[in-house]
Amino acid sequence: MSEKELGKKLDRCLADSAVKLGAGLGLGIVFSVVFFKRHTWPVAFGLGMGLGMAYTNCQNDLRAPYLILRNIKEQ
Amino acid sequence: MLRVCLKGANSAARKCLCGNGVPLHPLQQCRSYTSGGSGSSAGKIVAASVFTVGGGVGGTILYANWDPKFRANVEKSIPYSDQVFGLALGPAAPPPVINKPRKVEPVQISSMSEVWKDSKQPKAKEVEKKAEQPDAEGPPAPAPQETLEAAAKCTECEHEPAVKERPEGEVAARLAEQDKAEQDLLTSLSSNLEDALGSTAKVTLQAIGAQEAALQAIAQHTHQLREAMEAEAPPDKKSTQWRVLEDALSERSRSVDEAGAAVLRAKAELDKLRGVIDGAKHLKIAAARPSILAAEENLHSMVVDLDSVVTRVQTAQSEAKIVSQYSELVNEAKAQFQKELNSITPEIQANWKGLTGKLTQDDLNSLIAHAHRRIDQLNRELAEQRVREQIHIDSALEQQKLEDKKALEVAISTALEHNREQMRLEQEKKVEETREVMEAEMRTQLRRQAAAHTDHLRDVLKVQEQELRSEAEEILNSSLMEKETEYRRLTQDQLDSFTLDMNAAYARLKGMEEAIDSHVIAEEEARKAHQLWLSVEALNYTLKTAALNDPTEPLEGAVQAIKESCAEDEFAQALATALPSESLSRGVYSEASLRARFYAIRQLARRVALIDETRNSLYQYFLSYLQAMLLFEKAQEAPPAKLSAEDLDTFKLLSYAAYSLEHGDLELAAKLVNQLKGESRRVAQDWLKEARLTLETKQVVSLLSAYANAVGLGTTMAP
Repeated sequence: MSEKELGKKLDRCLADSAVKLGAGLGLGIVFSVVFFKRHTWPVAFGLGMGLGMAYTNCQNDLRAPYLILRNIKEQ
Repeated sequence: MLRVCLKGANSAARKCLCGNGVPLHPLQQCRSYTSGGSGSSAGKIVAASVFTVGGGVGGTILYANWDPKFRANVEKSIPYSDQVFGLALGPAAPPPVINKPRKVEPVQISSMSEVWKDSKQPKAKEVEKKAEQPDAEGPPAPAPQETLEAAAKCTECEHEPAVKERPEGEVAARLAEQDKAEQDLLTSLSSNLEDALGSTAKVTLQAIGAQEAALQAIAQHTHQLREAMEAEAPPDKKSTQWRVLEDALSERSRSVDEAGAAVLRAKAELDKLRGVIDGAKHLKIAAARPSILAAEENLHSMVVDLDSVVTRVQTAQSEAKIVSQYSELVNEAKAQFQKELNSITPEIQANWKGLTGKLTQDDLNSLIAHAHRRIDQLNRELAEQRVREQIHIDSALEQQKLEDKKALEVAISTALEHNREQMRLEQEKKVEETREVMEAEMRTQLRRQAAAHTDHLRDVLKVQEQELRSEAEEILNSSLMEKETEYRRLTQDQLDSFTLDMNAAYARLKGMEEAIDSHVIAEEEARKAHQLWLSVEALNYTLKTAALNDPTEPLEGAVQAIKESCAEDEFAQALATALPSESLSRGVYSEASLRARFYAIRQLARRVALIDETRNSLYQYFLSYLQAMLLFEKAQEAPPAKLSAEDLDTFKLLSYAAYSLEHGDLELAAKLVNQLKGESRRVAQDWLKEARLTLETKQVVSLLSAYANAVGLGTTMAP
């Protein structure tokens, strides 16, 4: 159903953001722990990257219907 | 409040119960009373019904006893009633047998003529047969008697015949009686005759025997006399001879007396017989005549024999007389001689019997002289005698002639008499024969006459029969013709009416057939319409099977059914095919579900109201969400008749759509929702599609149902 699409998208968004965030956090933590001597900034960076990626993904996901895809063959 | 009500109801109920509790028992009592009363009344009813039934049955039986027709009717109509009647009344009297005297008539007449013949035949037979066979009379008499009885019965069952003669039966009976009387008389007569004949014959034989004996005696006597005369036996022998002669004489006289007595008896018997015969003759019975004749013949023969014997005896007697005369003469002469001798020789008591031989010489001489003298005398006498001889002879001859004549006359007279008698007898016999012949002829003539009479009768009857038959035939023919014409007319009428009826019936039948056909067609149509309608209803029903949030069942089956039910209806077919395939395969959502769904969509559409192709970042989403939170519009707003530009706002549209949905106008709602743009539109796309499907389906279905209704209406409204 088309009305459930948004919900699904948003669910995906959230899930994705959670994953991204988690992954970012994790990486940040890892990086922070591993590479950057437990500074918080990799965590924040990671989180931020995660969040940003999630946001973008979400946005792209939400925009997807409006994209006008060009056929490669058209070229 | 409910509890109060309940309580109240309970109390009320309880009160009711208690209220009825008191009269319950009396009710029960009453019930028993009434049951008793009802029992008595039931008993009364039962008794009354029993009485009625019994009265009806009894009355029926009584009336049936009185009226046999009613009885027959009841027996016919009600089975086993004949048994009841038989038990109660006894068997029904059989219907009286109708006599058919008419048919009996012609048969009986001929039989009567036959009876006549028969009655004559026995009579003729009677006469022809000998009187010694009276038994043959018996069977013919009963046989004609039977037929006579039948004839008598016939005459009884006939009405007065036109003939006024004595009834034939009576005559025949009388004849039979007469015959019987005759027969009895005849038998008695014949018996009498026979007895008389027998006795007479016996007596006559006796007489003849006596006569013969007398004859014998006479002959003997004469012979002996002659012997005694002629023979010169020695005197002792002579005495014996004379003794024998005397015996013979006595014998002769006795036998003659006996013969005479016998002859007298015989004559008496013959007279008696004659008397009997005369009496029989006086009775004048034809049948007795031969017997009478025979008796007469016997009589005659007896008489003849008797007479002959008597004549023989008489001749013998005359001879004996002559011989006795001669002997007398001789005795006289001898006596004379003796006397002379005695006169000459008186001392010698010469007896012929004791003639001794003691005779002296003188005696002898005298005797010789006497003898000579006697001789001379005798010579003289002889000469005299010779002279007188002729005269004597003549006189004797004359005498003899006279006697002969007398005897001849007597003989002639007797012979004549006998002859006369014989001739009379012969005549009588001839008369008898001729009479018989005549009688036979008469009988034959009578028979012929009777036959002629019967023939004539038969002819007349035949003629009559012919006439009557022709008459009857004519009448029959005429009536038959009448009846036939009548019958023809009736049959023709019947036929005509029948033809008319048949034609009418045929026309009606045709009409009915046409009507039925048209009806059939109409019904077919109606059925089809009904079927269509049913299938449409089924479709409608399937439309209703949409549960909330679930689509209906796929409409395929129903649509298939519709398609089948209206195979030749193009409109319906077209309509059926016009249904969207998804509704067929998946079913459609109900309006309610769509309505319910709409609210969710509305919410969502409100939330993404700002998003469209140009603005679709996440920030915009946030803003849109914010707008949705902050913007309040009317939940439902009546859409205007015409949409203006500012009405194309999402929120307004949504409220319009909500309003129309609330008011059941899915179409308008769909139209309004169709005006959404951007993401709202995208969000509502599915709903719109569903709504469109539903609307389409509903439209088609409504069209179909309308069509079905119209068709059904049209079919049911057949003129």
